[in-house]
Amino acid sequence: MPKPLPASIDATAALLSTENYIADRALSTVVFLALKMGRPLFLEGEAGVGKTEIAKVLAQALGRRLIRLQCYEGLDVNAAVYEWNYSAQMIEIRLAEAAGELDRDRLGHDIFSERFLTKRPLLQALEAPKGAAPVLLIDELDRTDEAFEAFLLEVLSDFQVTIPELGTIAAEEPPIVVITSNRTREVHDALKRRCLYHWVGYPDAEREIAIIKARRPEAPAALAREVVSFVQALRKGELYKAPGVAETLDWVSALHELDAISLDPQTVNDTLGVLLKYQDDIVRLEGSEAKRILDQIKAEIGAMSRV
Amino acid sequence: MTQSPSGKLALNIMHFARVLREAGLPVGPGHVIDALDAAQAGALRSREDFYWTLHAVFVKRREQTEVFDQAFHVFWKKPKMLEQLMQLMFQQITRPADEKAKKAGFRRLAEAMFEKVETQSRREEKPGALDFDATFSHSAMEVLRKKDFEQMTVTEQAQARQAIARLRVHRLEIRTRRFRPYHSGERVDLRRTLKGSLRAGGHLIDLARRERQWREPPLVVLCDISGSCSNYSRMFLHFLHGLMNDRERVSVFLFGTRLTNISRELKRRDVDEAMAKVSSAVQDWSGGTRIGSALKEFNYKWARRVLTQGAHVLLMTDGLDREDVSLLESEMARLRRSARRIVWLNPLLRYQGFEARAAGIRAMMPYIDEFRPVHSLESLADLAAALASPKRAEHDPKQWLKAG
Repeated sequence: MPKPLPASIDATAALLSTENYIADRALSTVVFLALKMGRPLFLEGEAGVGKTEIAKVLAQALGRRLIRLQCYEGLDVNAAVYEWNYSAQMIEIRLAEAAGELDRDRLGHDIFSERFLTKRPLLQALEAPKGAAPVLLIDELDRTDEAFEAFLLEVLSDFQVTIPELGTIAAEEPPIVVITSNRTREVHDALKRRCLYHWVGYPDAEREIAIIKARRPEAPAALAREVVSFVQALRKGELYKAPGVAETLDWVSALHELDAISLDPQTVNDTLGVLLKYQDDIVRLEGSEAKRILDQIKAEIGAMSRV
Repeated sequence: MTQSPSGKLALNIMHFARVLREAGLPVGPGHVIDALDAAQAGALRSREDFYWTLHAVFVKRREQTEVFDQAFHVFWKKPKMLEQLMQLMFQQITRPADEKAKKAGFRRLAEAMFEKVETQSRREEKPGALDFDATFSHSAMEVLRKKDFEQMTVTEQAQARQAIARLRVHRLEIRTRRFRPYHSGERVDLRRTLKGSLRAGGHLIDLARRERQWREPPLVVLCDISGSCSNYSRMFLHFLHGLMNDRERVSVFLFGTRLTNISRELKRRDVDEAMAKVSSAVQDWSGGTRIGSALKEFNYKWARRVLTQGAHVLLMTDGLDREDVSLLESEMARLRRSARRIVWLNPLLRYQGFEARAAGIRAMMPYIDEFRPVHSLESLADLAAALASPKRAEHDPKQWLKAG
C-alpha cells in the first residue's frame, strides 16, 4: 500500500527510523528535498556506509516497489531498458509462414508488439501507475562506462525512453531515483547537476551505537559500546580500507554468535576478518596493535563511566 | 521560515550563489532556481536545515564542501559580513600566520568576496589589495621551488605530434563488454537480424553479426620530478600534454617529495598555458625523492579512483629512493595488484653499463611488466622511440635482475 511522502525533515527522519535506518540531519534533509522536488538523489561514499540501504528503506517505508539496476562495465540498453524476445519472434515468423499469411506490415506490427518485449529495470520503473511510483535504485553507477552515463542523462531529466519500434514511453509519475557511487571514478558533472548530491560519511560514535541498537537489538549494550569505540579508533588510524557500518554490524553479529559479552585480544584477533578485508590491514593490526587499541578504548570507556 | 521565500531571501540566495561561483564552484542559474524551489519546499526550521538544503543544491563534489561551508558561515552570519571579511583580510596583512585563514578554500572565497567589496561599496583602502596576495602563497613548510618552462617552439610541437602518432606501445587495446556491428563478427546480432528479415517480409533471415568493441584502457602516468630527473621533466611534460590531447582517460601525477595530480592542468589545449598551470600547481620541482611514500599516497588516495577498468600505469623514475626500501617494495606490490600493466621508463639507462644494483631499483623490478630504458633524452623523438620499439629481451625486468 503506497504511503504519501513525508511533509517535513523531521517526518523524513522519523520515517527512516521506523525501518531502523538512523540518518543524521544532513541526510534526512537531502532525502526530504529529493522526495519533495522529485529530483534523483546522488549518494557517494565509501563502501558499506548505507547508501544502497537508503533506497531499500525508502521503498519499504513508503510501501513502494523497489526496482534495482545493478551497474557493471558494458551495461547497455538491452540489459537496462528493454530487449525483444527474439526466439519468440522467430517462432512467430515461422508460424506466419506456415499459415501462409505473410503480410509485411501486419507481421511487423505483430512481432514488435508489447507481447514480445522483455522489460528491464528502467522501463519497469517508468510504467508504474500514478500515486505508486516505485523506488528506482541505480546501484554503483561508477562501475559502468561513460556511454551508459550519457544515456541516463535523458532518462533522468525527462523520465521517458524511446523504443523505435513502439514509440516513446513516458512515466505518468516519475519514480523516486536513488543513485549510488563508490567513487572508483568520477561521474560526469552533467549527470550530477541533475541530482541532489550527498556524501555519505562514516557515522559518529553516538549514531553508530544507535544504529547497532536498531539493527542488532540482541547485542548487549556494553559490547556495542566497545565495538563502536574500537571501530572508530580503527577509522582514525592508517588502514587501506577502513571498516564501514556494514562491517561493524557484521562484527557485532559475529561476536554475539560467539557469545562474547566483551572484547578481548584473542577474540578480536580471531574475528578480524569480519572487519578488515585486506591482508595488509589484518597483518598490521594482529597481535600487539589490536591489544593497544583495545586497552586504550577500555581505559576511555572506564573513565567515561566514572564521570 | 515562511512558506515562500520573501523577496529578500530570494535575493540573498542569488547573491550567495554568485559568491560561490566566484569562489570557484560551478554554480549556474539553474542551481539558483533549484535553491529557491528547495527553500520554498518549506519545513526549514533551523539554520542547520537551511545549511543542508543549500548544500544539497550547490555542492556536487565532496571537495566543494569545504568552500561551501566557509562561504555559508561567512555569508549567512550577519548582514555586515562583507565588511567583516574585509577586516579579516587586513588583519592578514599585518599578521600573516592567522590560523583561520589557512583553511582550505578560504583564500579563493576571500578573493571572491573581496572583489565585490571593492566594486560595491567603493572603499578607500584600496592600496592594500595588491599586497596581500603574496602573503598567502608561501604557506608550506618545505623548501619549495618553482620552475619556469621555456616556451615550446613550433618545431618542437610538430616533433611532439609526430612522435606521439608513431607511439604504438601504449596503443594496446583491451576488449570491452560492448559490441559493435561487424560483417564477419563471431556473434549473431539478433536485433538487426530480425529487423532486416522483416524488411524482406520475413521470407529470408539474413544473419547480421557483431563483434566485441576494443578500446584503449585508461592510462595513469606517475612521473618523478626530483633533482636527479629534472633534466628531462620539461620534455616529458610536453610529451604528456600531447598524449593527453591525443587520447581520453589519461591521468598524470607528478611526485618528488609530495604527490600532485596535474591531470586537470594538463588538459589546457595550449601547451604553454598548460605548462604555466602545471608549474604553479606543483611545488616540489627538483627536490628530493620519496618514491615509496609518494606511491603510498597514490595507492591510498587515488588508486581506487583512477586505476579502474583495466588501467595501465606508466612509471617514470630513476628508482633512486632515499628512504626505507621495504615501504617502496610493499607499495609497489600493492600497485601491482591494482594495475593491469606497469611499464617503467628509466632515464638512468643512458649511462653505459647500468646495472640494477641500487636497492630501490631491485625492490621495484619484480613488480613491473616492462622495463623501458631511455638511452638519450635529448629530444622527444628519442623518448617516443624508446617507448615505441617492440618488446625485446632488454625490456624484461627479469633480465636486469639477473644481470645485477
